[in-house]
Amino acid sequence: MLKENLVYDRPEGFTDTPTHYCPGCTHGVAHRLVAEVLEEMGVIDRTIGVAPVGCSVFAYNYFDTDFVEAPHGRAPAMATGVKRVMPDRIVFTYQGDGDLASIGMGEIVHAAARGENITVIFINNANFGMTGGQMAPTTLPGMKTSSSVNGRDVETQGYPIRVSEMLSTLDGVGYCVRRSLHDPKNIRLAKKAIRMAFEVQARGLGFSVVELLSTCPTNWGMTPVNSLKFVEEHMMPAYPLGDFKVSDAIKQIKI
Amino acid sequence: MPKELWKGNEAIAEASVRAGLEAYFGYPITPQTEVLEYLSRRMPELGRAFVQAESELGAINMVYGAACTGVRVMSSSSSPGMSLMMEGVSYIAGTEVPAVLVNVMRGGPGLGNIAPAQADYNQAVHGGGHGDYQPIVLAPASVQEAIDLMGLSFDLAEKYRSICMVILDGCVGQMMEPAQMPEMKPIKRANWDWATDGKMGKRERRILSSIYLDPIEEEKMNLRVLKRWKTIEANEVRYKEYFLDDAEFVIIGFGTAGRVALSAVREARAEGIKVGLLRPITVSPFPFEVIDQLTARVDAFLVTEMNSGQMLEDVRLAVKGRVPVEFYGRMGGVVPFPDEILNEIHRMAKVKLSVDIHPRDAWLERMTHA
Amino acid sequence: MPAKGWIEVSDTYCKGCEICIGACPQSVIELNMSHLTPKGYHPAHTFKDGCTGCAICAVVCPDAAITVYREMTKVAAPISV
Repeated sequence: MLKENLVYDRPEGFTDTPTHYCPGCTHGVAHRLVAEVLEEMGVIDRTIGVAPVGCSVFAYNYFDTDFVEAPHGRAPAMATGVKRVMPDRIVFTYQGDGDLASIGMGEIVHAAARGENITVIFINNANFGMTGGQMAPTTLPGMKTSSSVNGRDVETQGYPIRVSEMLSTLDGVGYCVRRSLHDPKNIRLAKKAIRMAFEVQARGLGFSVVELLSTCPTNWGMTPVNSLKFVEEHMMPAYPLGDFKVSDAIKQIKI
Repeated sequence: MPKELWKGNEAIAEASVRAGLEAYFGYPITPQTEVLEYLSRRMPELGRAFVQAESELGAINMVYGAACTGVRVMSSSSSPGMSLMMEGVSYIAGTEVPAVLVNVMRGGPGLGNIAPAQADYNQAVHGGGHGDYQPIVLAPASVQEAIDLMGLSFDLAEKYRSICMVILDGCVGQMMEPAQMPEMKPIKRANWDWATDGKMGKRERRILSSIYLDPIEEEKMNLRVLKRWKTIEANEVRYKEYFLDDAEFVIIGFGTAGRVALSAVREARAEGIKVGLLRPITVSPFPFEVIDQLTARVDAFLVTEMNSGQMLEDVRLAVKGRVPVEFYGRMGGVVPFPDEILNEIHRMAKVKLSVDIHPRDAWLERMTHA
Repeated sequence: MPAKGWIEVSDTYCKGCEICIGACPQSVIELNMSHLTPKGYHPAHTFKDGCTGCAICAVVCPDAAITVYREMTKVAAPISV
């Protein structure tokens, strides 16, 4: 086989470990995109990842970089500690919506407000995956979960939080966008955004976060393919894709 | 270096800087805030990391992150804030990374008040976070001792990949005393074989985590940490003895309570009563052995604390009912006067003491019926 | 003439989620029902000709299980002087 024939191969940023994610879970896509970006930027050697608590608790098994494992929701604080003493390293957190938008809301908001020069990959799949599909702050109104069995009742269970819109109001945030992982085109756009987020950090241009609409086939009770449709038909209207904050300096970056 | 007048909290901060502190993360809380305020000036002027965190939860997890890279890092707080930090304390213990924490204790529980207390002894010594772990806990009784112990705390934390907690009360934190600072030590980044500071083309990747999903592996970790603790117990017990050679009665107190007791001991000695003082400096590891040895030759012990008798239980473990152990405590932020302890010494010298009643019960009886 | 490509699906990583099947523009991927991976999944495979090596299957694959190849178009022979 000629090497020149190769169109696509598993990224070097990945270890050989198969992921523990359910079949069709787009966590895997998000992981792969991060690994590809780290490889393309040539920063694997100086990257330190911060894993969350939730389905991606074992993220540290999959990336070929140093990794630390944070308590639930505290990844942005831990990343702050790492980055402040190792400013020349690339530091990123990878967090789900239970981790980031529920228990870790304080840590993410303040890391963003301080303009910590870290990158946050935020997976929004509208539920707590690891513990078996409970309601998350991002669960859609009326959506059934194992702790909102009749559908999320906004009268008693409140409304979803739009994290990107909220974070984009903070001056410390340099780059804040929402993308989706439900089809090839959007996956490519998501990768560009992840690349941009890491470029922002590499240039010291402040806090960068990419929210990714993601699937949870097992807990949604759908096939992987139908889960992708659910993202397009139900999540995208509630969580519109877009660039919520791209600072002027970042607009100049060409990749 | 000449002696200068130092406030306890600021002395702790400067002593840490001179011990090579590279990063401080904290949150304001009385009576500890001067540590944070001082370092907010001092750390940036040295080009070192300082962050006023959004909460103690944020602060302890910043400490956790920085500790994973192998630098010297600390936080400080006071009782309610320390309770918030307990999550991170357990994770740091579970990940086996070194970190230094200072608790300037105040009256509690709950919000309590901002007066000096020692009621977090159990939280510090017997583990306030979840899971099996034992931190090293140092208890200074003066500004000078606080300065000296800060340097030691970083050395011990690194040597044993352990949490080293320094517990003092609002008295030591807030008072000013003449004290001598150590020389400024240059920052030396050790090349730890466990730190997650980036591969940098030199090694395989590293993971630092407190997860051991396989119970057998978690138990191995528990055993490893316990064995390390046994080494700490064997090598790191520290205490101070005062007038113990011919003592018939021995007072045991740590921190400010020990210091107040020393005044009482001196007065009692002047009256001809043979009383001495044992002041633990490491309350964890606890000086069980020296108390065990003293038990063989003294008539009785008096434990004095600014709590309801938390260290008392450790003393009773060492004494094993062989001689009477008496207790005198003040709580809620009340600092005992030397006279109060002198009264206890007089009482002990006068009445026949018993090993049959729990010293806390007897003390409570005296406190509420006096 | 469309480019000719082919894919290799890793038994180690493929979980038979079928996302690549729906994404393939040429509809040449299906699950191989006569084969089980060590973890017990029926892995994806190409069941007929027509793969162009466009790599869309690899783009959507959550497990980085697919390696994509494409036949090289002929290049001019080096000019000798």
